[in-house]
Amino acid sequence: MTYAQSACIVGAYEHPLRYAPDKSVALLHAECAQGALEDAGLAFADVDGYFCSADAPDGIPALMAEYMDLKVTHVDGTESGGCSYISHVGRAARAIEAGECSVALITLAGKPRSSGQATGTELRELSPLRPSSAWEGPYGWTVASVYGNFASRHMHVHGTTSEQLAWVKVAASHHAQHNPHALLRKVYTVQDVLDSPMVADPLHRLDCCVITDGGGALVLAHPDIVRQLKRPVVRVRGMGETVRTQEAGRFDMLQTGAAVSGARAFEAAGLKPADVHYASIYDNFTIMVIMQLEDLGFCPKGEGGRFVADGNLISGVGKLPWNTDGGGLCNNHPQNRGGMTKVIEAVRQLRGEAHPAVQVQNCAVALASGPGMVMGVGHAHATVILERL
Amino acid sequence: MTTALDATHSDPYVQAFPENLPFWEAAAGGQFVLPYCKQCDQTHWHPRALCPTCRSSDLSWRPASGRAQVHSFSIVRRPPTPYVLAYVQIDEGPILMTNIVDCEVDAVYIGMPVEVTFQPTRQGRMAPVFRP
Repeated sequence: MTYAQSACIVGAYEHPLRYAPDKSVALLHAECAQGALEDAGLAFADVDGYFCSADAPDGIPALMAEYMDLKVTHVDGTESGGCSYISHVGRAARAIEAGECSVALITLAGKPRSSGQATGTELRELSPLRPSSAWEGPYGWTVASVYGNFASRHMHVHGTTSEQLAWVKVAASHHAQHNPHALLRKVYTVQDVLDSPMVADPLHRLDCCVITDGGGALVLAHPDIVRQLKRPVVRVRGMGETVRTQEAGRFDMLQTGAAVSGARAFEAAGLKPADVHYASIYDNFTIMVIMQLEDLGFCPKGEGGRFVADGNLISGVGKLPWNTDGGGLCNNHPQNRGGMTKVIEAVRQLRGEAHPAVQVQNCAVALASGPGMVMGVGHAHATVILERL
Repeated sequence: MTTALDATHSDPYVQAFPENLPFWEAAAGGQFVLPYCKQCDQTHWHPRALCPTCRSSDLSWRPASGRAQVHSFSIVRRPPTPYVLAYVQIDEGPILMTNIVDCEVDAVYIGMPVEVTFQPTRQGRMAPVFRP
């Protein structure tokens, strides 16, 4: 596919708040939309495609389209958990290429922090209608303890250590110190992570991401509109998505959906991991970054722990600059959904608009990838590969 | 007096999936059964009335060995008492989420042999858990 045919990301906005008790979820969505449209040099009246997921009020796109008074010819409320917005980038690009719309708006917002949610540690007894609920609810599973199982298994099979897991947090914190909006701006050491309280063995509190209010938005446009705008052009070069099942009890718990979504995105883009200058990889827990790095092909399976050690993910220090906004581990995790902020920081990097201390020089190809829902109890995954033109 | 079977029948998680009632009735009697496909002879987890291997709807319930090995685990550090969330691989093949009970949380290890037992859930059904 050539540039003349393909949609581009022209607007990106991350809400500056991390605690927003005095705003409704609908207002946060609308503020994010406004920010992304202003960033693009477009107006609400230009939007004819709208994309959102379950974080929108009652998960219904029409309700937010009504609130923002959008005149749309295409809506998409696909719900894939936290990776929905990565998936939406690909869906919006395809809708634009198919002529369904010309300016696509994607929004995310939520308030888990001001509503007191203990995302990772609260007990989950989900709806009886979910096919797996009856078989999981009784065991007092928490999100952190499911990922704790993956970490235990990765350590057992591949010899991964708690110190290696901690390096993921250390890298995120080195980046977050430069982000004035980041929830955590302290630079952590490996020892800090190991000294933090054990939440779900072998995961410490600092192996877990933050809980924040806020949100973000993206705007994609048809090439004919892109040419009239004055923003750097970020093209959607490849996208892949999947649902990673438990294979009716026969799954390899160390393989994430990234093995499929990443391979498809790289194939569509005609690129390989070595071509990527910057990677946003969803960091709900440190172990999940390690497993996804392996499945995306940045290192062989089982080598993720050694790959992330010694600052290899720190911009300007290591081989793979990663989550230079501070990621979900330190910066922001609005509505417990990390996909949106992953794409936003990739766009910043490709435009050369990341913080100077973390900006990757001549960043031309970036990847944004992440899971949705909870791996092992229903897990989606999406990857996009973006390039600067 | 409410029996284990009465409690099972009034459980909304049981009621939502009528096709799995035989599993929960067996569990109420202390028996761990698995769905087996009569066409391909495979079992799976969690139970469905359509075989995920060959898509046949001709399945039957068979008593399981009750033996398993700890595949992975995490100690949930929630007050008042830490507990073990684990995945075990049952001898019949499938991997399933469960708790490891009747032992010190720090004694659990990957590869540990365990056997099935049952604990009542808050909703009424008896859930399979595993102990050394």
